[in-house]
This record gives sequence, C-alpha cells and structure tokens, in this order.
Amino acid sequence: MADVSHEARADDGTPITPEPAPVLLADVADADRSGRNPLADDPIEDDGRSTKKPLGITFWLAVAWIGVVAVAGLFSAFLPTDDPNAIDIPSKLLGPFTEGHILGTDGLGRDILARLVDGARVSLTVSLTAVAVGMLVGGLLGTLAGFVRGVFDVFFVAGINIMLAFPGIVLLLALVSVLEQNLVNISLVIGVLSIPIYARVARANSLAVSERDYVLAAKALGATQTRILFREILPVVLMPLLAFALTALGVVIVAEGTLAFLGLSVEPPAATWGSMIAEGRRHDETHLHPVIIPSLALFLTVLSFNFVGEALRARFADLDAKV
Amino acid sequence: MSLRRIIGRLVVLVGVLLAVSFLTFAMLNVLGGDPALAIVGADNADQETLNSVREELGLNDPFLVQYADWITGVVQGDLGRSYKTKQPVAEAIGERVPVTAEIGLLAILMALAVAVPLAVLTSYKAGTKTDKGTSAVTFGLLSIPNFLLAYWLGYIVAVRFGWLPRSGWVRLTADPLENLRTAILPALSLAIAEMAVYTRILRSDMIQTLQEDYLLMARAKGLSTKRILFMHALRPSTLSLMTVIGVQFGALIGGSIIVEQIFALPGMGNYLLNAIYERDYIVVQGVVVVIAASFVIVNFAVDIVYRLLDPRIKV
Repeated sequence: MADVSHEARADDGTPITPEPAPVLLADVADADRSGRNPLADDPIEDDGRSTKKPLGITFWLAVAWIGVVAVAGLFSAFLPTDDPNAIDIPSKLLGPFTEGHILGTDGLGRDILARLVDGARVSLTVSLTAVAVGMLVGGLLGTLAGFVRGVFDVFFVAGINIMLAFPGIVLLLALVSVLEQNLVNISLVIGVLSIPIYARVARANSLAVSERDYVLAAKALGATQTRILFREILPVVLMPLLAFALTALGVVIVAEGTLAFLGLSVEPPAATWGSMIAEGRRHDETHLHPVIIPSLALFLTVLSFNFVGEALRARFADLDAKV
Repeated sequence: MSLRRIIGRLVVLVGVLLAVSFLTFAMLNVLGGDPALAIVGADNADQETLNSVREELGLNDPFLVQYADWITGVVQGDLGRSYKTKQPVAEAIGERVPVTAEIGLLAILMALAVAVPLAVLTSYKAGTKTDKGTSAVTFGLLSIPNFLLAYWLGYIVAVRFGWLPRSGWVRLTADPLENLRTAILPALSLAIAEMAVYTRILRSDMIQTLQEDYLLMARAKGLSTKRILFMHALRPSTLSLMTVIGVQFGALIGGSIIVEQIFALPGMGNYLLNAIYERDYIVVQGVVVVIAASFVIVNFAVDIVYRLLDPRIKV
C-alpha cells in the first residue's frame, strides 16, 4: 500500500507542466533490472510546485483526529471512563447517548466508549512498537547495505527479496499462531515482518546519497566510515524513512485490526477495535452501533495516517527527488 | 529475453522457493510445539504413545533430515497429512484452489473493468474536478481495511437489501448461476482495493504517455480522441500495471483469507485459517509454501508477459 501511495504522490492535482519525458530504451531496460518501472514516476512531482501548496483543512482535521486517538491511548488509564471489561448483562446493547454510556454498550453490557479508548491503547502500542522496530533495524541495515555495497549488499538484497516473497498477512498469521498472543509478541512480529520494507527504502536512499559530492568531500577530508555513515548519510536517509513510517503506522493498525478480527490478536477480554468489530457483528441484525462505532474509529484513524503521511511526503517530494 | 536469462531467472526462482520453504519449516518447527502432543491430545499423553507417534512421523530425526524428507515430498506433490483430519494436505488444497482462484480472477477482472476506463478518463482530464474527485475516492477506498470492506459490503448488500446470499458457496459445476451469486460479494470485496490501486498506477503512466510526440502526431493526423486514448496510448502505458497486478497477487491472496472467512467460502484461505486455529502445523506449512510458490511463479509469468507487451524491451 505504501508503494501505491508512492506512485500517486502527485495526486493532489497540481497542474501538469507539459514536459515531454522521452522513454529511453536504457531506462526501460534498467527498470527491468531493478524491478521497478521509471515510467511509474509521475511527471508532476518534478515541478516543485506541490511543495509550496499550503496544508489544507483536511490535513489538520486528520492531525486532530490522530491527536485525539493518541491522547486516548496514552492516558486511557487516567480518563474518567468505565472499566472496559466490566460486564453488565442487564444493560446490554444500550443505544448511544444513554445515560452513563455515551456510545452505548455492547452485547455484554460493557461500555463502548471505554472499550474504544482501551482499544486505542492497543492500536497505539502495537503500531508504535512495530514501526520503531521495523524502522530501526530495517533503516540501519538498509543504510549500511547501500553504503558499504559489495557482497554484503548482494546477500542483503537477496534476503529482502526472499522475505518479500511471502504475502505478509500469510506469514503474520502463521507466526502469530505459534506464539503466545500478547501485546509484546504481536507488536514484535509485525515489526520484524516489516523490516525488509524499511530496509529497501533506506537502501535505495542510502545508495543515492553515498554518491553525492558532500560525502566524497567528507571522505577526502579523512572522515571515518562510521562518521560518514552516522553524520552524513543517516540524517538524509531519515527523512524519507520517517514519511514512510507515518503511512506504515496506518498499515500496522490495519494488520493488528485484522488479526484481532480473526481472533488472533491480544487474548480476550482485552478490547481492541478489531475484536470489538468481530464481537459487534453478532448483533448486527438488531443493533448496529456495537459494530459501526469501532469500524468508524478504525477507518478514520487509518485514513488520517494515510492522509498525513501522503501530505508530508508530497512536501518532501522535492527533497526526495533530489536524493 | 534470451534463453540464458530465462534459465538464470528460473535458477533464482528455485532458490527463492527453497529458502521460503526452509524458513516456513524452520519457523513452525522451532516455535510450533510438539505435533505429537497435538495429535495424541494432552489428556491421554503417556510417554510411550508420544514416542511411537513421534517415531511414526519421523519427529525424532535430526532437524535437517526432517526438512529434507518434507521437501522431497513437496517436490513430488506430497505435502503430508493433516494431523487432525488425516486428509492429505495436497488433496485438500486441490479441492479448495478452484474457489480461491475463481474469486481472485473475478476480482481482477472486475477491478480492471472499472480501472482501465477510469484511468484513461482521469489521465485525459488530469487536474480537473473529475480527476481530483476520483483520486480522493480511490485514496479513501485504499484506507478501508479489507475486513471492514468485506463485512460492510456483506451487511449492506446481503442483510439490508437481501440481493445476494450473505455467506456460503455453490460450486460452479453444481449451478453456474447460483455460483456467480455466491461469488460476487467476496470478489467485489477484493476488487475494490485492487481497482483503486490499478486506477492510480495506470493514470500515472497514461499521463506520461500522453506527453509523447507520437500522440501529438496521431492528433495531427486527425484521429479521434477515443481512438488515440484507447488504441495508441493505452498499451504502452500498461507496463507498470502488469507488474502491479503481479505484485498485488500477494495482497489478493492475503485478502482472500479474510474474505473467505467472512463469507464462509471453502477456499485456501479458509483452510489455512482453520489450520492455524487448530494448530495443525503441517497444513499451515503446506499452504504457506503453495501460496509463496504461486506468488513467485505469477510474478515470473508477469515478467515474461511484460516483455511481450512492449516490443521496446528486447525479447
């Protein structure tokens, strides 16, 4: 999915500069070797105008929603909500705006708002941990591979390709099934599985940066390899990596949600948005709110992360293109 | 593509498949616990029974020997037998592949049927309201998690309107029309995200193609816009689309696991998921390897088609 948004970088509709882009045979052949087609790069992104476009109201709405979710997740223990796991059968399936239950109750009479807030904690923990693991390990390895090249790089690329030969969700399901299902394991598994993607992004950028004059200058000045790697290359690789990570947060939340929906995330009764949806759908012929509320929360969160990630990426497209 | 390169690629392909199979095997064997215990059941597990089961399954052999045994079988089409149902895994997969393949293929066709005209239109009208609107819609569609989409589609179409069955599967051979009715919703659930991806990719490539001189020439000759768009510009713009269809094949399989679960279809995804719930690791192993193999092979095939599609790439 991240790749997709990459292709569509210039979809903000900036006017097209009619700049003929001749397709050279060499380009096409090159694309074939790298497995990526240069034709896929949108011509609009080069015009540099998109970087000056102000971030619209939608952007700030998305940021605000992420803020709300983040606050809910971080301070879930201190918020004046009910106990998310307190079962109260007599008051089950109460509609929204009932007294004491602003968003109503689920099939076991548990307060939906409380569970939503607790679910935000799970989503937040999993996504931040997974992204941190993937970005740290993948980013470092990828930067290193692009910098040192040689045999290490060859094996590295082969390794990445093998890991990416698995459809991610299949591997995720298989791995989760053999582990104990807790927050730490789920986060780590998703994080480890995402390493190759970060590694690929980091390697591509590192490879390009290593060629630039200022790196050569640092070398000529006698800087050590370590210094060049950490002071000259890593800071430049970090920016596109961070923009990528922002979209990846959304992807991780979907992955956890999917696992939870299939009953393979954190063990019940712990609330997660995915498990709330899975439980809520049992009542959907009579009551819709137990399933519609977490569905909306999940959708809005993923949409917001995608939107913010995309907008920032467009901003840095200029920088990205130069790299 | 020269024969030499094809062979080179095939060698890499086999290498990747071996690595994938080894990783799967290692992962499930190291982490997966004791299959003997799973077969006998924790209640009546005395040491003697466990040992005899282990001996029978070859679980006492060294790890590499176990892998060698398994992979030799896999190459000959023998994926072992399910611990739980005793059914040969290959046979079970064979029964379920048609279901998954049908909804997958249907999904790709549906997605292309919408994506191609939409991409041609929006690339021609790039920067206009139509284009921006379409872009916003596809962006939104891509933000809907697969399982939500499938669930809500099922809810709205099947429960609210009652147009199609909410779950279940009728075999193609049993009743083609009824088969289509059971296949539409699952296929549509998969198709929507694919459609969004295809549209964005193809639009982006079409915009590039439309700036080429030969299209200006076509215009100067007085050819109609429709003819230029569909006859002259479309084909050279489909290269990335081909690649993406191949790459998206993985997403499609991943998606079908969830969709088959939601619509209760007897496909590969459902088989895998049940094996995971039951901790039937030999089945998990088999299905994962088959999925990985088909993914790698599909992408290899795409690579070849890619060359046939564009004569500029030397065949």
